[in-house]
Amino acid sequence: MGKTTIIGGPSAKSGGAANATRTAAEGVAKIDVVAVNAQENRKLYQERIPIYPKLAHGLFRKIKWAFLFVLLGIYYVIPFVRWDRGPSAPDQAVLADFAGRRFYFFFIELWPQEVYYITGLLMLASFGLFMATAMFGRIWCGYACPQTVWTDLFIAVERMVEGDRNARLRLAKQPFSAEKAIKKAIKHAAWIAISFLTGGVFVLYFHDAPTVALGFFTGQAPISAYLFAAILTFTTYTLAGTMREQVCTYMCPWPRIQGAMTDEDTLEVAYRGYRGEPRGPHKKNDSWEGRGDCIDCLQCVAVCPMGIDIRDGDQLECINCALCIDACDAVMEKIGRPKGLIAYDTARNQDLARQHKKPVFKLFRPRVMLYVILLAGIGGAMLYGLVNRSTLELNTLRDRSPIFVQLSDGSIRNGYTVKILNKATIARSFRISVAGIEGASLKAAGAQKQSEFMVVEAGANKVRTLKIYVTIQADTAKVLKASVPIAILVAETNGNEDAVNNTVFLSGKK
Amino acid sequence: MSDHPEVDDHSGTETTGHEWDGIKELNTPLPRWWLTIWLGTIAIALVYMVLMPSWPLPWADTYVKGLRNYSERETFAADMVKLAASRGADQEKLANTALDAVRNDEELFNFAMAAGESAFGDNCATCHGAGGVGAPGYPALVDDVWLWGGSLEDIKTTITHGIRGASDDTRFSQMPAFGTDGMLTVSEINDLVEYVTSLSNRAADGAAIDRAKVLFEDNCAVCHGENGQGDRMQGAPILSDTEWLYGGDREAIRQTITKARFGVMPNWQDRLEPWTIDALAVYVHSLGGGE
Repeated sequence: MGKTTIIGGPSAKSGGAANATRTAAEGVAKIDVVAVNAQENRKLYQERIPIYPKLAHGLFRKIKWAFLFVLLGIYYVIPFVRWDRGPSAPDQAVLADFAGRRFYFFFIELWPQEVYYITGLLMLASFGLFMATAMFGRIWCGYACPQTVWTDLFIAVERMVEGDRNARLRLAKQPFSAEKAIKKAIKHAAWIAISFLTGGVFVLYFHDAPTVALGFFTGQAPISAYLFAAILTFTTYTLAGTMREQVCTYMCPWPRIQGAMTDEDTLEVAYRGYRGEPRGPHKKNDSWEGRGDCIDCLQCVAVCPMGIDIRDGDQLECINCALCIDACDAVMEKIGRPKGLIAYDTARNQDLARQHKKPVFKLFRPRVMLYVILLAGIGGAMLYGLVNRSTLELNTLRDRSPIFVQLSDGSIRNGYTVKILNKATIARSFRISVAGIEGASLKAAGAQKQSEFMVVEAGANKVRTLKIYVTIQADTAKVLKASVPIAILVAETNGNEDAVNNTVFLSGKK
Repeated sequence: MSDHPEVDDHSGTETTGHEWDGIKELNTPLPRWWLTIWLGTIAIALVYMVLMPSWPLPWADTYVKGLRNYSERETFAADMVKLAASRGADQEKLANTALDAVRNDEELFNFAMAAGESAFGDNCATCHGAGGVGAPGYPALVDDVWLWGGSLEDIKTTITHGIRGASDDTRFSQMPAFGTDGMLTVSEINDLVEYVTSLSNRAADGAAIDRAKVLFEDNCAVCHGENGQGDRMQGAPILSDTEWLYGGDREAIRQTITKARFGVMPNWQDRLEPWTIDALAVYVHSLGGGE
């Protein structure tokens, strides 16, 4: 309200008339741009100054497009991929089935009891991130982070509707008009459509995708589906549309943490000051002797989605998207200087270059090796667990009310609730018996017959819960200790799999 | 104070015009986000007031019902009807299935067990204890000792009609109070206490046992059996085993013979649905002692 609005464009210093004529070098215009988020330009409590990143052309822009298409493609397609698991389980390749309490990932099926695999997965993800950061700096931030991918997509949409940097700047400065209203409306409609697709597809990971995708529009989908679709539509629209670089700079903890992950051998997007300085405009036919290669054209600032100047060095705001490399390389080509004034480089090699020494690349350093070992260890343990995953699990709960029962003939009985988790996709029958105590007989709750063992069936992908009573005859019971360790044995009748639970038999003796 | 509010040079904000010792108060406007949310909540409240029940009308003993005519009580009642309907099929199935056939249907058995457990906790556990462990005077339901029988049908009859209860078909028997009614003398009762103690293979006074033999046959054996084996037809407890409903020491036995016992269990057929009684019978039968 009433404040001077600086838009990430014309600096206060530059006059309008000088604008068009300023050149940085032969054939290269100096762009009128301010790195609004550079430290010296950003005041505390300052309102956001919009950034209008210019489209860059080059290798890294191409890589970023590729990442965008592949990652978004995976995100949007995966819920529709089918995977046959037989009639007892859903046929969706990736499904977090909360209602059925199962998690499916292609050939892997996890029960709630195995949630520790998620812990393993999170550890793999974080150590993988640490390792990538130690080796290549913030490549996660620059290429793969959802915030980066969706922001990149939203900026691309903005550029399609409103044009590139200069056109967008012009539009922003224009008074309100029909053209402006139409362009803004188209842009926001497209953003909301993308956001809705993002939120809508997210929901499909938790339900049968085709059913819910259809049901969503006929009012048949569960309430939670609408709710989460709405929440994610809103967050996508705000985070990628209106907040953008602020998420990385102010909300994300990773920029703060990653400082501890990198060292002087980490490859990071860097301005090679030893080559570029002293910077300044270059006139045609002037010598390049005694000056740097940087012609101060500010192309690197214009393409930056974070609104910073890479020439200020490594900074928290920089997401290492490498678009400034593309911008600078294009300029270097034009003025006939070698490419790579801005490039992936290590701090060590910049120092060495300053001393005219040969660069040294140490990609595999002790910290990287440590990450490799951790990744291999955790990954190996998970793989081993998954390959040898048992499809039978047993949980036994001893009855506490009553702790034991003495029958009229003096025999002692204990009750146990046995849960047989049949994780196989077929129904199986199991033989239940007791070990560790002489003369025990078994019966199921409600049954009459006592016997040494019993046979029960557990349905495919189901838990069979049953209460069993273990009775010890009077003469044996007399010589029992107060607490006797026993084992409940459950074995598949065809002998394929078995499971044991250790528990105790309490005789009631003091 | 001038007509035009003074504007503070430093912040560009108007002052309130108040001044204390040279300190002036800025009239800083409320943050717009705060004001927006505040006005928004007022707007929501107004909409809510129109749609939902809002103002009480005490003189008419009613309230403004709102356009949606929403009532939590009615919603609850409808939910309960829906719940009953969703359970209806299982309840009907349970009521129409012979009790000894329930076990063969795993789903029905699980339903009966769950319903039985819940009904047991609400109605039976007060006396019979959580899990049916029993208490002095209140039979344990987890063991194999049954006064009136432990089959599914026996249990169902007991729950339905009670014991010494208000139902016409209730199970009934009464032990005489041999002491207070003057049927036996104190020394005769003392001899019988020794005799009953010996029935469960415990050491007792041999002379007293000999004296009480005839007394037992004359007074006790008609119900409890010649060897104290009990009689389920009359709910007469077994005296020769290790289980004692009111205690098995000499003092407890003397109390029982002198004053008699008259345990009452209510009849439940007026309070519980038939299917609930079925579920209770299945549950109690499964506690471990079912026959």
